[in-house]
Amino acid sequence: MRSPVELADAQPGPAFTVTLDGREIEALPSQTVAAALWAAGVTSWRGTRGEGRPRGVFCGIGVCFDCLVTVNDRPNQRACLVPLHPGDAIRTQEGTGHHD
Amino acid sequence: MVGAACALYAGRAGLDVVLVDRGPVAGGTTGAGEGNLLVSDKEPGPELDLALLSGRLWAELAQEFGAAVEYEAKGGVVVASSSGGLAALERFAEGQRAAGVVAEPVAGDALYELEPHLAPGLPGAVHYPQDCQVMPALAAAHLIRASGARLLTGHTVTDVLRAPDGPVRGVRTDRGDIHAPAVVNATGTWGGELAALAGVPLPVLPRRGFVLVTEPLPRKVRHKVYAADYVADVASDSAALQTSPVVEGTAAGPILIGASRERVGFDRTFSLPAVRALAAGATRLFPFLEQVRALRSYLGFRPYMPDHLPAVGPDPRVPGLYHACGHEGAGIGLATGTGRLIAQALTGGTPDLDLTPFRPDRFAEEAA
Amino acid sequence: MTDPNDPNHAAVLPHLAVIGAGPAGLAATVAAASRGVRVTLLDSAAQEGGQFYRQPAAELRARRPQALHHEWRTWERLRNGLRTHVDAGAVRHLTDHHVWLVERGSEGFTVHALLGPEQEEPVEVRADAVLLATGGYEKVLPFPGWTLPGVVTAGGAQAMLKGALAVSGRTAVVAGTGPLLLPVATGLAAAGVEVAALVESADPKAFAGRTGALAAQPGKLAEGAGYAARLLRHRVKVLARHTVVEAHGTERLEAVTVAALDGDGRVRHGRERRIACDTLAVGHGMLPHTDLAGTLGCRLDGLAVYVDEEQRTDVPGVWAAGETTGIGGSALSLAEGHIAGRSAAARLRGTEPDPRAWAAAAKVRDRLRAFFAALDSVYAPPAHWTEQVTDDTVVCRCEEVTGGAVRQAVAELGAGDLRTVKLLTRAGMGWCQGRVCAPAVAGLAGCELTPSRRPFARPVPLGVLARAGEPESD
Repeated sequence: MRSPVELADAQPGPAFTVTLDGREIEALPSQTVAAALWAAGVTSWRGTRGEGRPRGVFCGIGVCFDCLVTVNDRPNQRACLVPLHPGDAIRTQEGTGHHD
Repeated sequence: MVGAACALYAGRAGLDVVLVDRGPVAGGTTGAGEGNLLVSDKEPGPELDLALLSGRLWAELAQEFGAAVEYEAKGGVVVASSSGGLAALERFAEGQRAAGVVAEPVAGDALYELEPHLAPGLPGAVHYPQDCQVMPALAAAHLIRASGARLLTGHTVTDVLRAPDGPVRGVRTDRGDIHAPAVVNATGTWGGELAALAGVPLPVLPRRGFVLVTEPLPRKVRHKVYAADYVADVASDSAALQTSPVVEGTAAGPILIGASRERVGFDRTFSLPAVRALAAGATRLFPFLEQVRALRSYLGFRPYMPDHLPAVGPDPRVPGLYHACGHEGAGIGLATGTGRLIAQALTGGTPDLDLTPFRPDRFAEEAA
Repeated sequence: MTDPNDPNHAAVLPHLAVIGAGPAGLAATVAAASRGVRVTLLDSAAQEGGQFYRQPAAELRARRPQALHHEWRTWERLRNGLRTHVDAGAVRHLTDHHVWLVERGSEGFTVHALLGPEQEEPVEVRADAVLLATGGYEKVLPFPGWTLPGVVTAGGAQAMLKGALAVSGRTAVVAGTGPLLLPVATGLAAAGVEVAALVESADPKAFAGRTGALAAQPGKLAEGAGYAARLLRHRVKVLARHTVVEAHGTERLEAVTVAALDGDGRVRHGRERRIACDTLAVGHGMLPHTDLAGTLGCRLDGLAVYVDEEQRTDVPGVWAAGETTGIGGSALSLAEGHIAGRSAAARLRGTEPDPRAWAAAAKVRDRLRAFFAALDSVYAPPAHWTEQVTDDTVVCRCEEVTGGAVRQAVAELGAGDLRTVKLLTRAGMGWCQGRVCAPAVAGLAGCELTPSRRPFARPVPLGVLARAGEPESD
């Protein structure tokens, strides 16, 4: 199967490691949280405040706030906007993303 | 909200009620309010008496509507920022206690048990367990539904119909006449305009206020918390911008931040200075809010009267015309008592409170 | 680098702030910078391009980004124009600047931005005039299952592909209505995703009735024919006059049910089919971003910012161009941006602009506006889409307000407009501030979709707000 990386003939630098709830996953330089999670086969990383339903990317351009995620202890970041750096700790978040 | 409460109590007193609004339900100041049911900000006097009556009635309605109107008996905490301020606040509370308000002084550590996230080093506060909150738009909508009144939204009153010898006969709207022997003016900030249609002056002026709304949070602010200078701002007659932080959590999650006051007519322009002052005041009270995001702000126009008291009761100048407006920023809280008093006046009953201080023609006398 | 807030420098040339580095903002920037105006271009992305020309992140080092794009030569011209002016010091390009407010003062304008991607650090830029090129975002109408992970907007699928070279699965259905669906379907297919179906609710016959304005744009028709050939090459099945009635799955999308529409735009029951897929890219058209304009007090014309022939709003010193003034695609945005940039430059230099100088762009603008007005009447969601929204379908994704709650507010509590429904249900009160759910709520409430007041174009930390625009920071 052809991939988007092949289509655009992308030659990114070496992949690095970040964590999702402590589990290591690979990310490419300047890849967003959402892209890295998609590449790792993860499509949801948030439970809603009311019903606890799973959510992930919806609008992909920062408008809908459905892809909110905690990165390096900073809650409610938009996964579709935030680029990753080596060692970043991504956490799935539930509810408001804040602790009491 | 006041109209909804008048409809509810009048309907329950057996009257046939038609509720007319040019906009939708809660489309005026109600929809821009925070839903304060406060006794804490009122000095002893007629407004406090009305607030205490209203509070009792709200508690009754809470049995009936409770969660549907997001009624919460959360209590208020008024915080002093200096020891001098605390002394003044405690004197103020002492007067309120004499008038029937539950007002408990809270010192140092006890304050942080009530509100753990308050800024450190505050000298003390007074806790007012009788302060409550509702979601005003929901409250208005549910009271209207329960009132049995016929609701005509999107009808603009263009005239007050009067018999040749004076008494009102109803109202004319842009969509037809409505005949009734009594007309209740519950048009809030626009109360002066409706009174003018009936041929009488009523000095209701808009006093603009902004509210900031944050992202949803866990319950980090448990009470309605405000700084002691709020009371002075409420009572002020100044037209200039005044802000004193009022911070509260909501059942739905976001924190609401008020309260700014300025007399700028019905200007709907966004004001960064007003909103900036709200944010500054709130972050001083609760430093954790620095990183919390504001999602929006909205504005409303409080119906302000020169002596800060509403107009409640029959207008002796126009038989059949009753006023229930001019509650400034307290309209949600004072709505129930006002509705009850209006229903009593409409049915010839003895009012629970003396209506003299609320007489709608009191300013005409001063002018004359 | 020169500091545009430096008063010595500011005294030399008038200063225009352009907000948005998509086609309209870039065309405006180049046009203004070529005519003796200093421009600060602010944009939320890391690179210029906006949504249409969204570029892969630089460090992905894509050697063939044009494979993801159309009209690449136009893009190269724009990008080179920008670079020339940046190198010459006439343009300062501020990337990763998320503008949350434009404030109008007695001395000009202050643009308030948050530095991305964290959006915690404030930046303020003062300017003599502002040009809003804030673009648009996608409209999506709800249906059961549309909140499942794997359901994305059509534009979102494209943005993730163009910008991050990422796709959310192996098998996609592209659905909804509008000209965006074609490039999304062909783009996904070219990137190796199996596109199981392109589901378009519009009726191809409807195009025939509007040949006038459509045929006046032969280039656009050729573009359509090009997509048709690509769809064929990738063996994408096109289901016209069809709609997705439900998305299935528990933790993520597993399949969709698609149904044909009858002549009235109602679902033909008994003819549904289920298509297995892990991605649904769905969209029902575009909406303009008008928040900054609204807070500045600019008059809106329907849902878009009102502009005159010179692309001026009704607020002195504020111009607007591109999708924010009405949805019409990149070529229209380029024409509008060009006119706006020239007009702003002339007026900032104290001269009366001569419209004859941009007659060619104005002609393109008029033709494309007519073309998109015609397209808009063809590409329409099913007339009775609300019938698919069950009472337990979530309508407001942020606050999880259901279709039933919206209907109850209307039927039992007397709500008849967007604001009252919001007050009574919380639909539109969440993180996105109703940007996503407003069209759906309006449809369910049976009222007109009216623009909402959003004083902040994006969430702003209270600590930043508490110090925004303070005199000390001048």
